[in-house]
Amino acid sequence: MGRERAAAEVFFALGDGTRLSVVTRLGSGGALSATALSQGAKVTRQAIVKHLQVLEGAGLVRHEKRGREVLYALEPERLDDARTFLDGVSASWDRAIERLRAMVEEPEKPRGR
Amino acid sequence: MSTTETNTTMTADRIEKRVTLRAPQGRVWRAIADAEEFGRWFGFRLEGTFTPGKVMKGTFERKLDENAIMEAQKSSGITPSKLRVPEGNLTLFTVDRMEPERYFSFRWIPFGIDAEADPEHEPTTLVEFRLEPVAEGTALTIVESGFERVPAHRRARAFRMNSGGWAAQAENLRKYVDGA
Repeated sequence: MGRERAAAEVFFALGDGTRLSVVTRLGSGGALSATALSQGAKVTRQAIVKHLQVLEGAGLVRHEKRGREVLYALEPERLDDARTFLDGVSASWDRAIERLRAMVEEPEKPRGR
Repeated sequence: MSTTETNTTMTADRIEKRVTLRAPQGRVWRAIADAEEFGRWFGFRLEGTFTPGKVMKGTFERKLDENAIMEAQKSSGITPSKLRVPEGNLTLFTVDRMEPERYFSFRWIPFGIDAEADPEHEPTTLVEFRLEPVAEGTALTIVESGFERVPAHRRARAFRMNSGGWAAQAENLRKYVDGA
């Protein structure tokens, strides 16, 4: 049960476009401050802080103080939890297979020009 | 209606999907081995034809998934938000081997539909399609293997590329957890 809840938190946390892009930026850019993360984003720094709190709650992100700055970094181990990565790949294949099925099982139409 | 389910077998290194399609082997082969047809169900507009060793490039078509994500966001009570869609000419995979009507394989970086993924230096997984005629039509087996070599940073970046999957999975999990 604990495992499913933990995975559900991860999925919930990543089910939002802004949070996904925060995770992506942290994944490629190392530790960043909320100010840095809000640059180029369409939301305010305050909103970014709230999203970071959700991500931290799901264990996807941790923060540390460096001087006067608070930096946020990704917890890569968390991404491996509950086979989340492979589950994602597997779900992608399922959707692709259903599109393939729809295509090959449909009677062929003559090709128009 | 008979079963048309996809059977999945997973280990830490490999995902196997087995499915029976109600279509002749030649039809399924064309959908997989013809770059234009492949692109149609895969959601990637490909340039050129499949030849062993060839690097296939094209344009990612994200529209469907984006809608699915928005729907999943709405149904999980999250305000739907726009996504950043990767654009431009991207490498999808390198064709590995082809045996007409029976076997097709390629290597790619999982979710390497990512401008920053370096196809020269990142570990790839092997994706294999096997076709066999059966009474109902064609048995198709898809195996993707080599995941253990995929580094953590690639797994992290994979989230953007597979966001549609995450959203759909999130919804499944929510139902599961709520019902438990």
